[in-house]
Amino acid sequence: MNTLQRGINAMIEQIDAPIATFFTSCVHCGLCADSCLFYTETQDPKFTPIYKLEPLRRIWQQEYTFWGKLMSQLGLSKPVTDAELAAWEPLVYDSCTLCGRCSLACPVGNDIVYMVRKMREGMVASGHAPEGLKGATQRAIGLGSPMGVNLNTLMAHIHNTEKETGLSVPLDKEGADYMMVLSSAEIAEYSEIVSAVTRIFHQAGVSWTMASDGFEGTNSGIQIGSSDLAAELLSRVVRAAERLKVKYVISPECGHAYTALRWEGPNLIGRPYHFEVIHIIELLDQLRSEGRLRTEGLDETRMTFHDPCQMVRRGGVVEQPRNLLHMVAPNFVEMPDAGIQNWCCGGGGGVSANERAEPLRIKVFSRKKAQLDAIGVDTIVTSCSNCRTMLLDGLEHNSMNLNVVGLTELIAEHLAPASK
Amino acid sequence: MNPQDLLYWVRGTGLQIAAAIFVLGMSYRMLHLVLLGRKKSLAIPRGSEWAYGLRIMWQRSFVLPELSARGKFTVVAGYIFHLGFLITLFFLSQHIDMLRAILKFGWPALPRSVIDIAAILSIAAMIALLVHRIIDPVKRLLSDFQDYLTWALTFLPLLTGFMLLRSIGFGYTTLLTLHILSVELLLIAIPFTKLAHMFSTFVSRWYNGASAGFRGVKA
Repeated sequence: MNTLQRGINAMIEQIDAPIATFFTSCVHCGLCADSCLFYTETQDPKFTPIYKLEPLRRIWQQEYTFWGKLMSQLGLSKPVTDAELAAWEPLVYDSCTLCGRCSLACPVGNDIVYMVRKMREGMVASGHAPEGLKGATQRAIGLGSPMGVNLNTLMAHIHNTEKETGLSVPLDKEGADYMMVLSSAEIAEYSEIVSAVTRIFHQAGVSWTMASDGFEGTNSGIQIGSSDLAAELLSRVVRAAERLKVKYVISPECGHAYTALRWEGPNLIGRPYHFEVIHIIELLDQLRSEGRLRTEGLDETRMTFHDPCQMVRRGGVVEQPRNLLHMVAPNFVEMPDAGIQNWCCGGGGGVSANERAEPLRIKVFSRKKAQLDAIGVDTIVTSCSNCRTMLLDGLEHNSMNLNVVGLTELIAEHLAPASK
Repeated sequence: MNPQDLLYWVRGTGLQIAAAIFVLGMSYRMLHLVLLGRKKSLAIPRGSEWAYGLRIMWQRSFVLPELSARGKFTVVAGYIFHLGFLITLFFLSQHIDMLRAILKFGWPALPRSVIDIAAILSIAAMIALLVHRIIDPVKRLLSDFQDYLTWALTFLPLLTGFMLLRSIGFGYTTLLTLHILSVELLLIAIPFTKLAHMFSTFVSRWYNGASAGFRGVKA
């Protein structure tokens, strides 16, 4: 079987009741265009979200509808070709961050991002996925991390933290309540997170551990759209958590890791977990409400919060980061469209790993710039390390002099001394 | 067949055939869609699929995100067309009489002047939407043959109905025959084209809302 046929078969397999219903309902009104930053910032009609699904739509029509079959019989239908899938690759990957804003905008209720995620399964099977994302996924499968970090890197951070804080960082501790998972970017670039959670959990008296064989939550398989690879990456965390018999796995500050661990995971491995998944921000807010997380001092800086797409629109975590910010940031202000309608940093859904997409990603950062210009802040707080890198990059390209910090680290900086 | 006989057939057997195709075709299509099924998520839900799915089915008709000028035009013209179409369909006294004969119950009609305004606005909105579909780069790119076909099939009953009420162009028998024929064409086309969105939209919204509800997302 050639790769085209394999891709088409994979797409046919992806067509379930929601997808068929969504295509049936689409009246080509074009309203989804206004919800997508790739359209709003370029005004190029090819970036209209539903248009990115055109090959999948035709496959659905030809395979599942009377009309499509009739047209095929009359020789009036246009079969999907390999060249067409190649041409669609940049639309499906470079200009979609799986942010899900279109799914909120569609008047007939189509969950468009659900369809893009499914279409990527067919794109991968047909061999049409971006090289950058393929490389990241291969590194994740082969080396254990899309950014090529390994256990040695983590061990170095653990030793540094132990030296700096005088606290021990539990590793492979069986029977702990919580298992902390990190994102690739945290281990590679934002290692202060290790010290931050160590100090917070010490103060709050949280029983926790990390696992030497399942410490990374970043899931390139989800982003490239390969359920097989996503399951392989995820099962490392699942095996470690179940080996250590923890009650909870803590998803790191990484949007797609949260989606992978929290929502897609059990479906990828085909069974429910023997543990629950909680986002680090959800956990911190829970500790706050229980009075176990106490801060002291305030940061008077004018700051705002960038909602990661996978946490708000696709994750339902909206209030928790704000509750935490209000503990330490009296001058916290919301961006326009903050919360459920927040605009993507531009680098989600695998775009950040796709070098080819970089010029477009930088261009559409103008949307984030406009949001930031409207409020004039000095610091952006976020809860996704990928957003953090993308924000820093976008700010740099626009010569904007703003700090970008992770929420967990911000809280750790203001931690009250542990009660004796 | 003389014009009277043709009208007799069209409003009798013809309408029955068209209505049967509509009812059976739509039932089949909707069942076919839903029976494709979807995998039940094994993740632990944070909220209710049903409650939020039902809410979005209703809410998405009214709550729309911030729109650009072209988006606003689509929404406003789209509302006028749909409302005008439904008002003329369900509140013109002749339509109610016909429906009463089938359903054995009726409801009060709206005054003719109101129906006239609704029909004119609906026709005007449809023409405006067609022009917009052709000149707007996004809509033009998305549109295919079916978009224009379904536009024409929806437009004809409105147009012939309006001509009939105002006695424009042809004699009563001819216009009535054309009007009913155009309705029959529309009824027959609905199950096989995107006109099926008249029902599937609500299922789409449910799936969308259910997925959000499951994750505890409150839009």
